[in-house]
Amino acid sequence: MESERQNFEPAQRYYLRIHLYHRLLHGLLMASFLGLAATGMPLRFSDLAWAVGVAHAMGGFGAILFFHKSFAFLLTLCFFLHIASVFYLAFIRGEVGVFWGSASMVPQPRDFVEMLRHFRWFFGMGPKPQFGRFTYWEKFDYWAVFWGMAIIGITGYVMWFSSFFGSFLPGWLFNITLLIHADEALLAVWFIFTIHFFNSHFRPEKFPMDLVIFTGRLSERQLREERPAEYQELLEEGSLESIRTDSPPLWLRNFGRIIGFSVVVTGFLLFGLTLLAFLRE
Amino acid sequence: MVEKDALSLSRPLFIRLGKPLLSSAIFFIAVFLLPVLAPAQSGSKEICLSCHGVQGLEKVRKGKAVSLYVDREKFSQSVHSRLECASCHRDASQVPHPPELKPVECSTCHTDAFQAYSQSVHGKAHAKGDGDVAFCSDCHGSHNILPAKHPDSRVYPLNLPRTCGTCHGDPELAKRHRIPVANAYQLYMDSIHGRALTRSGLLVAAHCSSCHGSHEIKPKADPESKVYRTKIPSTCGACHAGVAAEYFDGVHGRAVKEGSSVAPVCVDCHTTHEIRRVETPAWKLEIIKECGTCHRESLRTYRDTFHGQVTGLGFTRVARCSDCHGSHRILPSSDAKSSVSQANLVSTCQKCHPKANANFVRFSPHADPNDKARNPGLYYIAGFMNILVFGVFLFFGLHTALWLFRSTLEVWRRRKSPGEPEGGQDPDEGGGKNGK
Repeated sequence: MESERQNFEPAQRYYLRIHLYHRLLHGLLMASFLGLAATGMPLRFSDLAWAVGVAHAMGGFGAILFFHKSFAFLLTLCFFLHIASVFYLAFIRGEVGVFWGSASMVPQPRDFVEMLRHFRWFFGMGPKPQFGRFTYWEKFDYWAVFWGMAIIGITGYVMWFSSFFGSFLPGWLFNITLLIHADEALLAVWFIFTIHFFNSHFRPEKFPMDLVIFTGRLSERQLREERPAEYQELLEEGSLESIRTDSPPLWLRNFGRIIGFSVVVTGFLLFGLTLLAFLRE
Repeated sequence: MVEKDALSLSRPLFIRLGKPLLSSAIFFIAVFLLPVLAPAQSGSKEICLSCHGVQGLEKVRKGKAVSLYVDREKFSQSVHSRLECASCHRDASQVPHPPELKPVECSTCHTDAFQAYSQSVHGKAHAKGDGDVAFCSDCHGSHNILPAKHPDSRVYPLNLPRTCGTCHGDPELAKRHRIPVANAYQLYMDSIHGRALTRSGLLVAAHCSSCHGSHEIKPKADPESKVYRTKIPSTCGACHAGVAAEYFDGVHGRAVKEGSSVAPVCVDCHTTHEIRRVETPAWKLEIIKECGTCHRESLRTYRDTFHGQVTGLGFTRVARCSDCHGSHRILPSSDAKSSVSQANLVSTCQKCHPKANANFVRFSPHADPNDKARNPGLYYIAGFMNILVFGVFLFFGLHTALWLFRSTLEVWRRRKSPGEPEGGQDPDEGGGKNGK
């Protein structure tokens, strides 16, 4: 009921928070991330029965490697599509706010303050901070994924094309790239399937799921309650009407639920298996 | 003529009197008629066969029926066909002979074989009165003994496994006598040697006595045994001469030669009776663990690399121990001839990585992130990664726990007193949602 209330409020006005382009990119990111985790983790925990089972079920060594590389290519595509859109916004449309300001993903001084205030609220020693368009934990998610993609991607490509890189780089780098690739991947998988899931979906205010990443729409109440600073800013700018949109249609909400729950189930399974495997090591 | 008469007499008797009375009839003939009919020809085979050549001739010993029948045909083809019965059955030189004859002593002629046998595991048990243990006739037969090279001989290579298998394929017997390998016969028959022998009929394939010997078989714990640990390489080397030469050139072979009891011998990797083809994936994967029983650290560090992970999943397309180190002639990396010596590394890696060069081979196939001296780069990177992972989850674990606590408290409070405004929210919201 809580979820139904937060995800669909017919009496409310709706505003566009996430453009279709970014929703599609997030979809591509989810799909390739899950695929990479499912094909990579068996290799990381190769001595366990489930890993052997998964590897053989996928069609063997050649198949795993093929799928892993295919998903890697998709994620790389995702990464560069995002970079391209940032550059487009910043340099062609001239929106320098992408790099700095209240609508930027770049950490601002106020993010640090909001984090401290959030902690204060955790302890019941102050009011909830007035969050803006992007909160500090959302920025952390973003940069964690950004750093993760760069690090895992670079190390992955170095190993993929080991003959080429090995011709001018010392071989012991491959020892390091595998370690970084595997540890960073484990960090990413665990972080996304626990911390990101909690921050965005499982905390009591959002449970079981915030559909905004699928519908892209935010009710006026949500905007005002959850992002008062952004709401205020939009009001002052008078640009609130320009992002006004229709309420999320039923099919879109159902689509989001199906995709979302599938990802959550897969994610939890991967998290459980890898955590157990890690603890047994 | 006389002997024939005796026979023709006995046959109708047999038919008329039936089986239960057969023994007494023969006994009657032997005791009363033969001395009269053939006094001068005692010792002649035909006289013996006049009774023992009758099918179904038997007597009861300790409640069990014991056949006394001798197949004339088979005996005449046997290796002993020229001998007289009394050559072996010495106490039967006179007819009638005593009702209970002494066991035949093959040792009278086969002195060396019997000498070897009496020192063997079988012979020693036999001397202790073990009734199950193989005696001369159990392997060779009795009246039908053929030369060992005769294809029908029970000890002809192609037939030997079945002969030994009558006991060494019987788990019950193995249990009774505490024989360590209960189903040697079954294991052998499925092995590469067993298939070569029984399916392809290869005389050169190893059979039981190729490894264990024949009369002199000794338990594997006996240093004299052909299958005593340190003797195994030369036993296998009798056929696999090329491999044995390589093996004795390598570290393991040298260690065995110097008397090491822990260095691997052939059977540690290839097993004993069930020896399989080395091309099978199952064998290729199993052997990695086998190396790891001694080289524990090397296996552990190998498992942390891509090679070790892929083989760990059960795929064999990547490097295993032997791909880099060799198999029979394994040499330490300090030896210039070694496949993993500095001089040979590039060509060894090139077997799988054709473009490998001096840079490439600086890869460490047994890198250990805990070994600061050997893998300094890896050591520090691993330390950084550990701090990163630990730090992220420490911070966000705490963050999440506190957030969960506070949010749950807020939701609970709102439910308890619906109209009450809460921090950071518009006062009119609470009433609205709960009225719904």
